[in-house]
Amino acid sequence: MSSDELWLIAGMFAVTFGIRYLLFGLAERISLSAWLGDSLRFIPPAVLTAITVPAVLLPDGQWQLSAANPYLVAALCSIAAGIVTRNLLATIAIGLAAFFLHRLWF
Amino acid sequence: MNEPSSLRRQEFIAGVRDTLPLLLGALPFGLIYGAIAATSGLSFAAALAMSAFVFAGSSQFIAVGLIATQTPVAIIVLTTLIVNLRHMLYSATLLPHLRSLPQRWRIPLAFWLTDETFAVTVHRFQRADDSPHKHWYQLGSSIAMYLNWQLCCFAGLLLGDRIPDAQGWGLDVAMPVTFIGMIIPFVRTLPVAISVLTAGAASLLTLALPYKLGILVAAFAGIASGLLAQRLLRAQAALAER
Repeated sequence: MSSDELWLIAGMFAVTFGIRYLLFGLAERISLSAWLGDSLRFIPPAVLTAITVPAVLLPDGQWQLSAANPYLVAALCSIAAGIVTRNLLATIAIGLAAFFLHRLWF
Repeated sequence: MNEPSSLRRQEFIAGVRDTLPLLLGALPFGLIYGAIAATSGLSFAAALAMSAFVFAGSSQFIAVGLIATQTPVAIIVLTTLIVNLRHMLYSATLLPHLRSLPQRWRIPLAFWLTDETFAVTVHRFQRADDSPHKHWYQLGSSIAMYLNWQLCCFAGLLLGDRIPDAQGWGLDVAMPVTFIGMIIPFVRTLPVAISVLTAGAASLLTLALPYKLGILVAAFAGIASGLLAQRLLRAQAALAER
C-alpha cells in the first residue's frame, strides 16, 4: 500500500467514523427538544428517498423518463411488489428480476 | 441467570435474520465495488482496507471513481465527509435509544452504522415492548452487514479483472430496489407520505448541487414538510374536538 493510499483510508475512516460517532459520544450532554424529537421519525424515509429517486430517474446522470429505462421499470416493480407483499426480500428480488428481464428484452 | 443471555441471543439472531434480505441487495453492490476498485488503480490491499476500515458503500464507490480520475486525497476525503453526513441524522435518530449504553457499545455500533442496519434497527427500537436488549438486535444486524460486505468486496476484487465491463451490467440497480424495500415500511401515515414525496421531488430540484449535497438538502425539505403536515393534522384534530 502506498503512503497516498494510507492517508486516503485514514482520512476516509476519520471522517466517516467521526460523523457516525459524534452524537453517540456526546449522548449524555445532548437533550433533544420535543420539536427535534418529532422530526426524527421522518429522517429515515426522507434520506433514503433522496438517494433513491435520482438513481432511478437519472441512472447515468441523464434524465431517462421512459419505459426504456430499466432502473425506472425495476423501481416501479419493486414499489408494487413492496406494497402488495409487504415483504422486503420479495421487494428486492422482484425489482432485480424485472431489471434483468428488461435488459434481456431490450 | 441464564435468561438474560438467551434473550440477548434471541435479539442478536433476530437482528441477523431481519437483515438477511438486505444482504442480497448489498451483494451486487459489493461485487461491483471490488470490480471497479480493481481497475481504478487502487491496490488490492488498499481496496480491502477501505472496506474494512471505512465501511461505507456509497462513499467507497465515489472514492474509487475519483481515484480513477487522479483526484487529490484531500478532495476525496472531503467528498466522503459530505456524502456521509446523512449518518449524523441516523445517529440523532438512534440517540434516545442508545444514550444509556456504555462507550464500549456505542463505539462499535457507531462504526457499523449503515443505511441498511439503521433502517432495520429503527423499527426494532420503535416497537413498544420494553426489552432492555434491543442493542443486541442492532449488533446482529451490524455484524451481518459487515461480514457480507467484506466477503462481497473480496469476491469483486478477485473477479474484477475477469468480469469484462462489470459496470455496464447495471448491478448498481440493487441499491435503489433495496432502498425502496426499506422505505415502504416507514410510509404508514399521511405526514410520512408527504415527507417522502417532498424529499423525492426536492432531490430532483437539487441535482445541480456538487458533492451530492442535494441529498441532504432534499432530506431536510422532506423532514420539514413532514413536520409541517403533522402539525397541521394535529391542529385540525384539536379543532375538531372542540
